[in-house]
Amino acid sequence: MPILNYIILSIALFSIGIVGVLTRRNAIIIFMCIELMLNAVNLLLVAFSKMHMNTAFKAGDLAGTAGTDGQIFVFFIMVVAAAEVSVGLAIIVMMYRNIHSVDVNFLNRLKQ
Amino acid sequence: MNNALQIVYLIPLLPLLGFLINGLGRNYLSKTLIGLIGSGSILGSLILSIWVFMQVKDGNTFVAEYFNFIAVDKLVIPFALKIDQLSAVFLLIITGVGFLIHVYSASYMHEEKPGHFGRYFAYLNLFVFSMLLLVMGANLVILFIGWEGVGLCSYLLIGYWFKKQEYNKAANKAFIMNRIGDLAFLIAIFWLIARVGTVSFDELFTAVNLAKLSASDITVITLLLFIGATGKSAQIPLYTWLPDAMAGPTPVSALIHAATMVTAGIYMIARSHVLYSMDAAELTRNIITYTGMATALLAATIALKQNDIKKVLAYSTVSQLGFMFVALGTGEYVAAVFHVMTHAFFKALLFLGSGSVIHAMGGEQDIRNMGGLSKKLRITYVTFFIGCIAIAGIPPFSGFFSKDAILLSAFMKSPVLYAVAVFTALLTAFYMFRLLIITFMGKFRGTDEQAHHLHESPLAMTLPLIILAVLSIVGGLVGIPEVIREGGHKLSAFLAPAVSSMPHEHHLSHSDEYLLMGISTGLVLATILAAFMVYRNYQRKDATGFAKVLENKWYVDELYDRIIVQPLHWLGGFLKDIFDLKVVDGLVNGAGRLVNYGSRQLRLLQSGQVGSYVLLMVLSMVLIFAIQFFLRK
Repeated sequence: MPILNYIILSIALFSIGIVGVLTRRNAIIIFMCIELMLNAVNLLLVAFSKMHMNTAFKAGDLAGTAGTDGQIFVFFIMVVAAAEVSVGLAIIVMMYRNIHSVDVNFLNRLKQ
Repeated sequence: MNNALQIVYLIPLLPLLGFLINGLGRNYLSKTLIGLIGSGSILGSLILSIWVFMQVKDGNTFVAEYFNFIAVDKLVIPFALKIDQLSAVFLLIITGVGFLIHVYSASYMHEEKPGHFGRYFAYLNLFVFSMLLLVMGANLVILFIGWEGVGLCSYLLIGYWFKKQEYNKAANKAFIMNRIGDLAFLIAIFWLIARVGTVSFDELFTAVNLAKLSASDITVITLLLFIGATGKSAQIPLYTWLPDAMAGPTPVSALIHAATMVTAGIYMIARSHVLYSMDAAELTRNIITYTGMATALLAATIALKQNDIKKVLAYSTVSQLGFMFVALGTGEYVAAVFHVMTHAFFKALLFLGSGSVIHAMGGEQDIRNMGGLSKKLRITYVTFFIGCIAIAGIPPFSGFFSKDAILLSAFMKSPVLYAVAVFTALLTAFYMFRLLIITFMGKFRGTDEQAHHLHESPLAMTLPLIILAVLSIVGGLVGIPEVIREGGHKLSAFLAPAVSSMPHEHHLSHSDEYLLMGISTGLVLATILAAFMVYRNYQRKDATGFAKVLENKWYVDELYDRIIVQPLHWLGGFLKDIFDLKVVDGLVNGAGRLVNYGSRQLRLLQSGQVGSYVLLMVLSMVLIFAIQFFLRK
């Protein structure tokens, strides 16, 4: 499959994520959209990694180490995302306990 | 290193101790005690000075180093005192005349309140200390300390009666004008340090070190030193402070503004005569000569029409200092030092005499209100008369010999200079006898109360007058010209190891010298006669025409006011009202206001809307990417 398809899919996912973050007010949905963006990046990294590997293989590099950096990156992003989710969800729970809502527009009390 | 002269530090130390005791104890000590301490400390210095003089006469000159005043890298300036023929002569003048004036002061200032009396003597002792340091310093830096010290004391004593605003102004004027000269002096010192690396006289004036100076260096340094001297010794263009300095008590005028401090400039140039004698300094020598001559002439013309007894003497001092500079400029350093000495005698005498007159008149200084004082003030009159003859230059009084030497040096330079110098000398004789006649002869023109009050001054005041009168008569005998008596110029012989005049290219024949002496003496006598004829029946009347210009001192003060003081005031006002208020304050306040305004506007971004934050974040990221994408090469 040509690389372009992966790129288009990634861009689509990423854009959905951004639009979601910008337009939605529900904290949990914003959260999901952030995850969506992260995964769009993951997808892209894996796709490029695979592409580089194939190119190297065809050029005669049989050891197959080319492009593995991208996959390692993906693992790191997953770990960070997991950590972030745990912190973020905790914040959302605390927020709900305090103002009985998960609407981010209520979070404007620091303004004063 | 073990030399008896090592203890010369006592000479300046004694007046310093006197200053401390009188200054700190001015409210506790009695007037008698203050007078005794003040005069006694100077007497101690005088005795030591005489001893030093004897030592020097036996050929024992010495530089006493005590400690390092400045030691930075290669530059080492020791605190050192130099005892040689030149400083020995000045030591005698300063302590001798200084002592007499201290004794006189004790009586003259007796009406002052105790605290102020102590303050007066403290200042006077501090002055003598500084002056001694000035003439004893073995390098330019120590000399400069003394130089600034005497300037300070001059300021303090001119403004001694500080409750009068105009006296304070006179003190400020003296201080500021001196400061202009001092700056030039200081630059000269720095220049020497930069070029030669030493300021000690002994090291500076060696052939090796002088070779380090280029011709232009020498011209600049000598000129800068001369500018320093014009400030202290009241020459054009910085002379106007001296007449105003008469605001101080009369003994102060006698000591500081006639006998000692104002001759510091002459001492300094005589001390560095090696520099001035070099070929490269010819331009400077010419400038000194013509400045001196112009000052002498200008001041003499002003003195013709002054009506304040002290102002006449002040302008006379300026004029005589001009003569000394003529001598310096023509390379006749010995003649200059000689005139310093005789001038110290007769001008101190004249000032103290005028003090005695003012004392008798109850503070009156205007000679138009005097007259006929000779009957009541016998001793003052006789001594004043002697002083006038001495300054006029009638043989064998002291002024004759020293002035004759200067006239002769002027003649060697050019006949025109000689003519101007003789003319100035005649003016001197004229205004001095005008002063004498108007003050002491004719009818009394003051109030009845003053006439009733007239009395001769006490012994403490007349005794210094008598001693100075004797010195004015015989003081010139140490410098009898060679032409009259072989080996008669003892001063020249004595000073020879330290200072010697520049050799002349051609010599005058004996008959020519006698002729010149005869001419000047004859003319002076004629002038004195003329003064008698003109002022015998003096009536006060307002000056008109040219006399008015002279009475107003050629309007030099007004000119300075117009071209220097007022523009400076205007500049100050401009800087204060416009520049400081609008520009400087504007910048400072503007910076604050900008930050304030900026924060007020930026604060609006903090809306609390999470959505807008995120939007901004995204937009910024897009912007950064765009920049990266489009602007990267």
